[in-house]
Formats: sequence, C-alpha cells, structure tokens
Amino acid sequence: MRAYLFLICPVLLFLGGSYLLPFLGIMQLSFTDPEPGLGQYSHVLSDPLTLSVIWRTLRICVIVTAVSVAAAYIITLLWVRGRPLVRSLTELCIMIPFWISVLSRAFGWMSMLSNRGLLNTWLKDLGLIETSLQLTRNEFAVIIGMSHYLIPFAVFPLATAMRNVDERVLTAADGMGASRMRIFWQVFLPMTASGIMGATLLVFVFSVGFFVTPALLGGGQSVLIAELIYLWIFQIPQWGMAAAMSVILMLAVGGILVLLMRRYGEMAK
Amino acid sequence: MKSEAIVANTTQIEARSVGKKFGKFHALRDISLEIAEGEFLSLLGPSGSGKTTFLTLLGGYENTTSGQLFLEGQDMTGWTANQRGFGMVFQGYALFPHLTVAENIAFPLKVQKRSKAQIADRVAQMVEMVGLSGHENKKPKALSGGQQQRVALARALAYEPKVLLLDEPFSALDKNLRGQMQEELRRLHRELGTTFVFVTHDQEEALALSSRIAIFNHGALQQVGTPDEVYERPANRFTAEFLGDINILTLDGTSGVAGTPIQLPVNAVGLGHLAVRPEHMRLAAEGDANQLPVRLRDRVYLGSKSRLLLETQAGEELMLYLDNGAGPAAPQTGAELRVAWDVQDSFAV
Repeated sequence: MRAYLFLICPVLLFLGGSYLLPFLGIMQLSFTDPEPGLGQYSHVLSDPLTLSVIWRTLRICVIVTAVSVAAAYIITLLWVRGRPLVRSLTELCIMIPFWISVLSRAFGWMSMLSNRGLLNTWLKDLGLIETSLQLTRNEFAVIIGMSHYLIPFAVFPLATAMRNVDERVLTAADGMGASRMRIFWQVFLPMTASGIMGATLLVFVFSVGFFVTPALLGGGQSVLIAELIYLWIFQIPQWGMAAAMSVILMLAVGGILVLLMRRYGEMAK
Repeated sequence: MKSEAIVANTTQIEARSVGKKFGKFHALRDISLEIAEGEFLSLLGPSGSGKTTFLTLLGGYENTTSGQLFLEGQDMTGWTANQRGFGMVFQGYALFPHLTVAENIAFPLKVQKRSKAQIADRVAQMVEMVGLSGHENKKPKALSGGQQQRVALARALAYEPKVLLLDEPFSALDKNLRGQMQEELRRLHRELGTTFVFVTHDQEEALALSSRIAIFNHGALQQVGTPDEVYERPANRFTAEFLGDINILTLDGTSGVAGTPIQLPVNAVGLGHLAVRPEHMRLAAEGDANQLPVRLRDRVYLGSKSRLLLETQAGEELMLYLDNGAGPAAPQTGAELRVAWDVQDSFAV
C-alpha cells in the first residue's frame, strides 16, 4: 500500500457517508418494509398501475431522447459549422437556457402552454381557434419541457464529435462529386455517430430520473417513476415500495448504461 | 532525353498568370506553366512557397483570384473540383474512417452511379493494383500508414481521372517506406500514363520521381525543367541552393575570387556570384586551370569518402568530397590546400 493512496480517503469517506450508506439503507428498506422478503418487488412488478408508470416513463424517455438528440444535432450543426453570426447566435440560444434553473424553465413552459397561456391567447386573438387547446397536463407538455431542458446536454458530445471531423475528408467527398445530401448522410453523419451515441446515453439516463418538469407540466396526469417514488414517500407512506422502485430504476439505468457503453466502445475503436 | 519526350506531347493543362490572394497575403503571383499529358510534374519548394496552393487551384478546391486555367484548351478557371474530375490524394489521406478499404475505393464510383457489378470489378482491380489484397474489409484505422496511402491512391485512381494530384503523399511515412512508395508511384505512373502532379518539399524525392520539376518560392515560380536541367543549370541562386549542396563564391569584379584570377562561364556578365556543385570540385592537381587557395577547416569521415569543409581566403565556406580509397594521404585539419574545377561545371548566379 503506497502512502499517497491515503490521500483519496476524504473522497471515499464523503462518498461512503453521503451516497453508499443511504443507498444501503434503501436496499434494506426495499427488502424489509413493511415486511421482510421480496414482497415489495413482486408488488411493484405486478401492480398494473405501477407497471403503467414504468411503461409510460420508458416511452416518454425514448421519445424525449429522440427529440432532444435530433434537435440538438441540427442546433450543433449550426453552432459548429454555421457562419460566424449564426454561430454566436446559436451559442447564446444554447447557453442561456442552460444557465436557467429547471424550475423556472418548467414554469416558463406552463405560462406558454397553459389554457390561458401565451400560445392559446395568441391563437385565439388571431382567430385560429375558438376554445383553448389542451397543451399542458399531458404527455405532450412533458415531452416538450423535458426535451427543452435536455437539448444542451446533447449538444456538447455532438459538438465534440463534429469538431473532430477532418475537413479534408469532406473536401475529398465533394471533389469526387458527391452531392451535399450524400456527403451529409454517408460521410458526415456516420463520422459523428460516436457523438450521437454519447448524446443518447447522457440524455436518456438524465431523463429517466426527471421529477420537476413532469410533475409541473404533467400536472398529475402523466406520472413518471420519479414522481411515483415521491408519492410513495410523502403522500401514501409506503417507503418499502419507494425503495424497491428506486432499486429497480437504478438497475435499469445501470443495465442500459452498460449496454450502450459497450456499443459506444466498439464504435470508438 | 526526357525533355524531348515532353515537347512531343500535347499540353493538357495550362496556367496563365495565375494568382491567389488570401486577404492581403499574396500566396501565389503570376504563375504561368504548361503541363503535358502523361507527364510527372513535381511542385517543389519550401513550406509556404505556394506549391500546395497551386495544387488546390489546379484541382478546383480553391478559386483563383487572377489569371486563367485551361484543360485541353478549354477555360476551366470557374469549374468546380467535381467538374474538373481530377483525382486527388490529400495530405493525411482523408480516407473515410467509417468505411472499409473496398467501400472507400467504391465511393467515387457509387457517386458516378455505376452498376454494382462494374463497381465490384473496378474495386477488385484497384485493390490488386495497389497490393492490398486481403485487406478489403478492414477499416483505415486497422491499416499502417503505407497501406492507408495505397487506399488513398486507389480511391483517387478508381474512376480513371485524366490527372492525379498528390499533396505531399509521403510526408507521414518513415524513410524506408517512403522509398518503397516512391517506387510504387513510378510504376503506377508508367502503367497508367495518367498525368501526375505531385507536391513535395523533398528535393531528392522530386529529382528521383519527376519528368519535370517546378520550383516555387515566396509564391513565385522560380524555374521549370527536367531534374537534370534544374540541378545542373539552376536559373537563380534560390534554385541552386535549394536543390542539393552548392558552393557559392563571391566574384570580386575583376574576373577573380578574392584576388585570385579564375575562368568565368559565359553567362557571368553582370552577376556577382559563382556556383559550383561539391561533386564538381576537387583538390587541385598540377596544371589545373581554375585553382583557388583554401584552408581545411574540418574533415568528416563518411566511409567510402570524406567530406571536406574548406574556407577561402575571403572567409567563404566550401565543401567537396574526397574518395578515401585511392590518392594521397588525407590532409590534416588546418592544412593549406588548393581546390580546382572545370569552367563548364560552374555557373554564375
């Protein structure tokens, strides 16, 4: 044992105290509360309501990931490869929302989309609609809000990948007569595949644990796993269920991470 | 003679006072040059001399800011790279990293919408030609530098371009591999008869490969000629010094060097310096016409021969090679010697 290894002890102590210990507590709860055994797990995995929440979470997260990564790809393209003015404008549009808290952004979308919100008012004023469109308290609002929050996180890995593309390869393709479409689909896009993978990974993992945005914009109509866990802890105290759900969530995220990372590693080769 | 063969050929590409400015910087000024069909022309010069810029202008990857370019008599100045249809081997190869060797070579053929069978045939033929059989399904990263170079060549030649442009293709290779690839390139050029325009900063490479060499410096064309022409008859001091080693002597205005009278070549009128290649300079023997007293500063033993570093009475440095096998015992450092050369081997610059 080298002496300097002791230097990492403070970190280990901190992580152990603030992370590992509570986690072990949750593990324990999930197997013991209200009664010892696997009852909590079998309940969570058999209860139709809980299953529908898990299914909805998965569905929304897949959609949000696809929307965020696709939108981020276009935004990053403008940021990395646009003209100087386009670049600085895009940079502002990426950075400013990135610095605003998740809560403010959720409220922002509510004032935009709610029944008496900006969008509905404008549409009415323009005479395009008679009655307000239901734009909040549903999955649509949740997907919009979550994607908006997650796009900057997808932009950064994509930007790295796009900046690493050798300009000469594109010049070469152009010189061989490839059209812009062909260069994009057959050269640029595959060359940035590692960035797409990284962005997907990051956004998906973040989205699975989302709480504030779905709670506000879903308005109780579109409950996701994190909100369900919250309900089990604060509304109908069933801590064992909450703990079991947390463990399942963590294992699911871990499993997806391992799968995607393996694919990502192959791609980086 | 190589030069005669070129004269007999038809002009394929012509540059007429081509210039290129980047902002206020003149990268190229007033380049006029004819490239014959099937020749191997090297663009040679130090870095920043404009040789690569000229190649990208030829390929259509950059636009000229003045002058015109012609392809077989047609004005191609405004044509895109694709319209010109030249093959190009980029510095660093610019292979598609996500495609296999075969897919890389097939790319330009697919763009041309050739039939699958045709593409497969052509790819197999190119892989065979550059000696990459067995590597068809590897990605570029799994290949060595030399192999990647071959893929780049195969890809550029796959659609049978009239002209192949090469931008310092061997600069990333080690010396042995470089020699091997030079041989391959000569073979390809002989077999295909395609016009090759080759950018390099390596003088030996240019001398060994080219049918003609165009020498660039500071964005201007210094001289164009066969390798022996530019080496033996450099047009100016830059060319003389850039290609190989050279001894330069300052003329004192009274047809002599530092007071010693010597014979001057016919072109010497009005020029201030005399140049003699080291291999044409020797230690003087009885009866040599052009003799100059020198002092031996250092002797570098190179095995079969020695390199002598000498200093004239005016303090100018000279160099010559001495065979170690025969002749008198080697002179010692500090010895007073005399060097000689034949007047036809000297030229004024």
